[in-house]
Amino acid sequence: MKLLLIHIVVAGALIYAYFRQPGALIPYTALSTALLFLLLIIFLWVSSKFYNRSYYRKLPKLFYFLLYFLKELFVANLKIAYDIVTPHYRMQPTLLALPLNAKTDLEISLLANIISLTPGTLSIDISEDRSVLYVHTLYVKHGDVEQLKRSIKDGFERRILELTA
Amino acid sequence: MAGTIDWVLVKEIISCVFILTGVIFMLIASIGLLRFPDFYIRMSAITKGATLGLGLILLGMGVYFNQPGVMLKVLAIIGFTSITAPVAAHVIGRTAVQNRISFWPKTNLKEFEDYITKEHLEQPINHDKYTEDIKEDIRMEMGGGDDADNG
Repeated sequence: MKLLLIHIVVAGALIYAYFRQPGALIPYTALSTALLFLLLIIFLWVSSKFYNRSYYRKLPKLFYFLLYFLKELFVANLKIAYDIVTPHYRMQPTLLALPLNAKTDLEISLLANIISLTPGTLSIDISEDRSVLYVHTLYVKHGDVEQLKRSIKDGFERRILELTA
Repeated sequence: MAGTIDWVLVKEIISCVFILTGVIFMLIASIGLLRFPDFYIRMSAITKGATLGLGLILLGMGVYFNQPGVMLKVLAIIGFTSITAPVAAHVIGRTAVQNRISFWPKTNLKEFEDYITKEHLEQPINHDKYTEDIKEDIRMEMGGGDDADNG
């Protein structure tokens, strides 16, 4: 994933150099710059097939992960918003003990951060042997705690482990 | 009329939609802060609503100005807020648990009892753990100072 940073810097430098020269054909706006940037990143990503296979595999996964996370963020925010503006509470707050497969500091802190950022769930603490993450959550479908745990593990943890592996 | 699209108008409409959605999310999160039943649920509502609202408002601003420099700063702000806001929420929530801020009575604490007994949080003590620690420290320091004077 270090390669992504390098690619971003390279693409940024190329765009800067392009717009510095006087006869640039493309208008200097946010939209055109963003499109050019995406084009360069995709080009560099395709070229990485020949020298860094793991990056070539991981970048689409990162992209899907971001999309999935944004979708979760919106859906959960709308759920909470609905609960706020309607008179009765539909929530049933529960404290989960989520068993962790993530082992390293980076994985655990990423997972805890993303759990906290998704509305309705808040990571409270981690057990001393780093095997259990305690999560405060608002919505449990049909009171089925195990199903919710499975969905968090399948949704966020599996993807994070795939990315950091 | 057909064929000529007023791009300035389109840009303004898009940025208006972003900003209004962000403002509505923030407003709803603030109402939630007032009417939710306990501390943890309130914090759940306010941190996430504010992060999303801020992101949408800034994005709308970036679309409105339509300059690469502004857009870059907007994206940087969104990135850094979404890294730091959950850390703050986590630290506040953990401190609240350790200080025995009570949960909403309907909260299902079944899986949490393990943690509560391990951290010796089961006794219903109302005083603030950290205030007690600080008081203890001050007492120690005072005692040490007295000893030095006596010696």
